[in-house]
Amino acid sequence: MTDMTANGVPEATPHAKSSLLTQDAHTKQRNAAEKRFRIYGITAIAIGLVFLVLLISSILFKGVGAFQQTKLTLQVELLEAKLDKSGTRDIEKIKKVTTFGYNPLIDTAIKRALEEGGIENPFSKGKDLRKLLSSGAAAQIREFVVANPDRIGDTVEFKLLASSRVDGYLKGRVSRESLARDKNLTPVHLDMVDQMRETGVVNKGFNLSFITGADASESRPEQAGIGVSMLGSFYMMLVVLTAALPIGVAASIYLEEFAKQNWFTDLIEVNISNLAAVPSIVFGILGLAVFIQFAHLPQSAPLVGGLVLTLMTLPTIIISTRASLKAVPPSIREAALGVGASKMQTVFHHVLPLAMPGILTGTIIGLAQALGETAPLLLIGMVGYIASNPPEGLIDGFLSPNSAMPAQIYEWAKRADPAYYERAWGGIIILLLFLMTMNIIAILLRRRFERRW
Amino acid sequence: MNDMTKIERTVDMQTNKISAKNVQVHYGDTHAIKDVNVEIQDKTVTSFIGPSGCGKSTFLRCLNRMNDTIDICRVQGDILLDGEDIYDKRVDPVQLRAKVGMVFQKPNPFPKSIYDNIAYGPRIHGLARNKAELDEIVEKSLRRGAIWDEVKDRLHAPGTGLSGGQQQRLCIARAVATEPEVLLMDEPCSALDPIATAQVEELIDELREKFAVVIVTHSMQQAARVSQKTAFFHMGNLVEYDDTTKIFTNPEDSRTEAYITGRIG
Repeated sequence: MTDMTANGVPEATPHAKSSLLTQDAHTKQRNAAEKRFRIYGITAIAIGLVFLVLLISSILFKGVGAFQQTKLTLQVELLEAKLDKSGTRDIEKIKKVTTFGYNPLIDTAIKRALEEGGIENPFSKGKDLRKLLSSGAAAQIREFVVANPDRIGDTVEFKLLASSRVDGYLKGRVSRESLARDKNLTPVHLDMVDQMRETGVVNKGFNLSFITGADASESRPEQAGIGVSMLGSFYMMLVVLTAALPIGVAASIYLEEFAKQNWFTDLIEVNISNLAAVPSIVFGILGLAVFIQFAHLPQSAPLVGGLVLTLMTLPTIIISTRASLKAVPPSIREAALGVGASKMQTVFHHVLPLAMPGILTGTIIGLAQALGETAPLLLIGMVGYIASNPPEGLIDGFLSPNSAMPAQIYEWAKRADPAYYERAWGGIIILLLFLMTMNIIAILLRRRFERRW
Repeated sequence: MNDMTKIERTVDMQTNKISAKNVQVHYGDTHAIKDVNVEIQDKTVTSFIGPSGCGKSTFLRCLNRMNDTIDICRVQGDILLDGEDIYDKRVDPVQLRAKVGMVFQKPNPFPKSIYDNIAYGPRIHGLARNKAELDEIVEKSLRRGAIWDEVKDRLHAPGTGLSGGQQQRLCIARAVATEPEVLLMDEPCSALDPIATAQVEELIDELREKFAVVIVTHSMQQAARVSQKTAFFHMGNLVEYDDTTKIFTNPEDSRTEAYITGRIG
């Protein structure tokens, strides 16, 4: 190069000899673009993570209260004069005493607890005292008496549910200021609660009945639990799994491995893809028309809910199963056919085991989708139904009216009492735990099947 | 190639295993195989050579009806295996494929253990009554596949963990495990290195004692090394079919000569 310039020949070549140690302008530009793209990517991921953390922390923060419940420990004397006037311990007569008949016992028990703790009782009426307790407290005692009539006459220790206001006060939701606009409880009650906490009458503990219990009426949020609707969801998932998995896998195997490629199978294929995008409420109205109005299956039953969700899940399962069948290399099919395996042996001995991880993932994604679905349940009456008793046995579980977890959460979220708001968040925590468990199962199953090379 | 020479040849050689008469294959609108007549002899290695897309693989796949899996493929004409038409309505292709085994271009062992790879065919055809018999079949097949010594200590290791050449010999062993009468090989060495190729070629020569072997190959040297008979395909036609030595030294058709001297293909 130096020779050439010395000879006076100008360097006209566009590809001038350049050093590898310095970057030319074009390379710099490309590297900068790459760097920018990396930054965009990292930013996108960071934003996503921030939202995830915000979501999870807000759910935990708001929902964790539902797992704790305030209770009053009271010594209740089960007076024979009130509960069994005849003294015959005849169960039918004892059952005739309504919860109103138990109220005086509760009044006495609260007064006794106040006296023992040396707490001043500013109320003359028992009705005002009972505002500390859930309106379900009397029913709680009555249930015990009906189950154990021989205990009438004894003094029994009960852990009775506090009212939702008292519970809210202990959880910081209710304050003296907020009670100014609330006729259910007065600041005087809160003073009593403070003192009763010191004497150990009022306690906050783990709320097992939220996980196992049934929904309660609008005025008793402290009693509401998600357990029964959890069972509803469970029975629905059983229906979805037993109906959607075999139908979906059989349909995909037939379409993928056996069916001839013609306009008809193309039409089916297009329609399955379209079905996956159909709004879920459409499946709900289909379920209402076909399963309830035409087939006369019981309303609000998990069986019907499960069938509707099966329709909704099928496209997901079929699409993912077909994709994983397609992903199995054709050489495996040829190998099996080459040694004289029939088409069915080829599919079931070789193709299906290899496609299994994909099929399972698709199925569990479909199930998770179905577990969180609310809209189709609206139309078959599973939303808004207050399931107060757990189903008795398997058949009852499928056929008796019930709710489902997301429907229950929606129901709680729309109720006015802020105590229900807390329950809704608590329900979401449980729903998320279920989804997480399902995903972990999917991952574990996939690992297990993939180990078979 | 006139009919007279064909008759003479078959008389002085061994028995015919497969005879194809006027075979036509259509893929949709494409006429892939045009009026092919060929007699494949027992206990002989027959090689099909020709440029890419000449129909040699298609014709090979007709011999065990692997083309049945392709919807748009139509086969006409007669292909007789021991005098029986394999495209007869009464023939179950599954039964046929047990008699006519196949080895593919890319080694394709099942993602199972070496043992299960070999045992699969005998199992589905019910060739073994008990475990001991199955063990025997597996050992015999692996020995025939010239791979026994390399894998006998790890029969339950995955077949996919072997090297390419070993995998291909495993596939050959798998094909012979069902006791076929004919063994079809579709470019069995094209994915292998020269050493593995040499091993497989040696194996093909040994297999000739028991089976009729038909091999499709791109390599003329390979055809010359392993086969006794060679068929040259060009544009869907069977141009010339004769003893390998004759094809490579004194071909009758000018196209064959052009191909083996490297002028077409």
